[in-house]
Amino acid sequence: MLYRTAGQFKTSYQADQALFPIRQDAVLLGIILIFAWAILPLVASEFAYQTLLIPILIYSLAALGLNILTGYAGQLSLGTAAFMGVGAYACYKLVTLFPWMNPIVAILLSGVFSAGVGVLFGIPSLRIKGFYLAIATLAAQFFLVWLFEKWGWLYNYNASGAIQVPNLEMFGVYVAGPQASSVVQYFVVLGVVTLMTLICINLTRGTLGRSWKATRDMDIAAELIGINLMRSKLTAFAISSYVVGVAGALFVFMWRGAAEPNLFDIPLSFRILFIAIIGGLGSVLGNYLGAILIVGLPVVLNTVPEALGLPISSATVEHLNVMIVGSLIVFFLIIEPHGLARLWALIREKLIIWPFPH
Amino acid sequence: MLNEIFIKPFADMVGAPDFLLQVLWEGLVSGILYALIALGFVLIYRSSRIFNFAQGIMVVFAALTLVGLHAMGVPAWICVILTLGVMFVLAVTIERVVLRPLVGQPDIILFMATIGITLFLIGFGEIIFGGENKVMITSELGIPTDSVLLEPWGGLLILEQKDITAVVVAALLVVALLAFLNKTRMGRAIRALGDDHQAALSVGISLQTIWVLVWFIAGIIALVTGIAWGARAGVSFALEVIAYKALPVLMLGGLESITGAIVGGLMIGMLEKLFEIYWGQPLLGGNTETWFAFMLALIVLLFRPQGLFGERIIERV
Repeated sequence: MLYRTAGQFKTSYQADQALFPIRQDAVLLGIILIFAWAILPLVASEFAYQTLLIPILIYSLAALGLNILTGYAGQLSLGTAAFMGVGAYACYKLVTLFPWMNPIVAILLSGVFSAGVGVLFGIPSLRIKGFYLAIATLAAQFFLVWLFEKWGWLYNYNASGAIQVPNLEMFGVYVAGPQASSVVQYFVVLGVVTLMTLICINLTRGTLGRSWKATRDMDIAAELIGINLMRSKLTAFAISSYVVGVAGALFVFMWRGAAEPNLFDIPLSFRILFIAIIGGLGSVLGNYLGAILIVGLPVVLNTVPEALGLPISSATVEHLNVMIVGSLIVFFLIIEPHGLARLWALIREKLIIWPFPH
Repeated sequence: MLNEIFIKPFADMVGAPDFLLQVLWEGLVSGILYALIALGFVLIYRSSRIFNFAQGIMVVFAALTLVGLHAMGVPAWICVILTLGVMFVLAVTIERVVLRPLVGQPDIILFMATIGITLFLIGFGEIIFGGENKVMITSELGIPTDSVLLEPWGGLLILEQKDITAVVVAALLVVALLAFLNKTRMGRAIRALGDDHQAALSVGISLQTIWVLVWFIAGIIALVTGIAWGARAGVSFALEVIAYKALPVLMLGGLESITGAIVGGLMIGMLEKLFEIYWGQPLLGGNTETWFAFMLALIVLLFRPQGLFGERIIERV
């Protein structure tokens, strides 16, 4: 009913291939954007910013980066957290070496470094496939985390071995560091995420995106129709690592405020992989749905025992959370292996033809 | 610098051969454990193409169950039998609840499902047994804890008896496993299923039974690994990280090959120790064991994309 497409006639191929072939999609997205940009900042509390809004956005961006590599180009990667780390450390070096640099420019530039590292570790993908490649990306994961710990130059040789975000100012407002307010950080993150999403959507719809999808579906066939596999795979690694690196810089500068090397350890990689897979591989929307689920679920679960008045210690709640998240992952994989994005697609189909069954 | 990299380590090796032997022995023992975990992976991968990430946590879970049961006052050997029972129940549950509904899904989905199982078992284990480090019931199980002193070339070589036991038990386990896979009906059924699901089903091999069996065998291997590693380092969830060590072993040896798992495990165990002692600590600030195995495997894979002993990847169009 709400999604009735009657009267929306496509008279050209361009209209048919448009970003929103159905007008209601555009309206819905517009409502979500207005909500995110205007209404949420008015009502959100400090707690909501720090535990829900900012992390969800950052995790979705990281998952989006991974999704480009795994969902669109078909190269399974388990080293996402390390590439986030490269972004974060690069950003830290940039703002400490060039204190006059605009923080947002620094964040966007730091992705370039992780893109470079990503391409370097993507080179084996030209020869190695499937799970072998997945394990090969673990080499990046373990090596880079080790490097963050041992290479003193990266954290300016400070005694703690961790990076501390300094106070960064932009147009007279603190955007990062201990004095920055959550609202400002939320808008910075939202701005970067919106921009990145826009770029990624259009990349995946264009020539490059089509060559990724062809590589994913069958690389030999892709090669036969004239797609340069090396270019396709390495651009996927570069762009994916760029987005992931930017997410990593945001992760530390806009949310955590400080980072130790083991923050970028393998559990973070898996977390992002969960988001991408539960959300749906090969979809942009899925990353957001997955991040809402994976980030939001523990927050909700933490409040449940208190609300019910159950006398459970916080450590037990923590373990129960891990258990529940684990079983939910299995549960979602069983009910919809293609992820939440597919679930939404099915609902949308139903809405379009409602009230008729076919 | 060149001297430090290319000459000094070798001079050190020749200069103190007993220390070199000690390093190699330590490497061999950890290599055996890597190989055991990799063996669990290989078994499951061969029979179902599932990349079982939960093997590491199964090791922890088996060891925790064993120690936990003993703490409740059950005699040591009965604990072992009960733990095997628990591993069997686990295998049946995993097959029923997780794998059966996911038959035929893409590899990555099944892989994610095993990570889900891993998370579940971590939370479950922490709630039941607690997260603190526990002592493995080594002497209660009749494993000798003395050490053997050898004096090659006038030096000193210390071999712990529990390590020797671990090596012997691991060797026996591998022989038994190979005999089972090659000589018995069930073993041949497992290999048939690995070669071709459809064909195996059509000659009357039950997918469900074999999967339970394979996960149970992986559970037994996990228990042996858990006892051996727990005797060295205590039982805690930190053990889980050795599961990651099994991954480069798999890459190096090949995902399908039992020989590959063993050779790869031993190679990685010894080479990473050698690298750490002679190159890592003096030149790179130590702790290189976290990534050395992966880098080694990566370099080997560039020349042999299917690993040293893996099945040749033949692509058809």
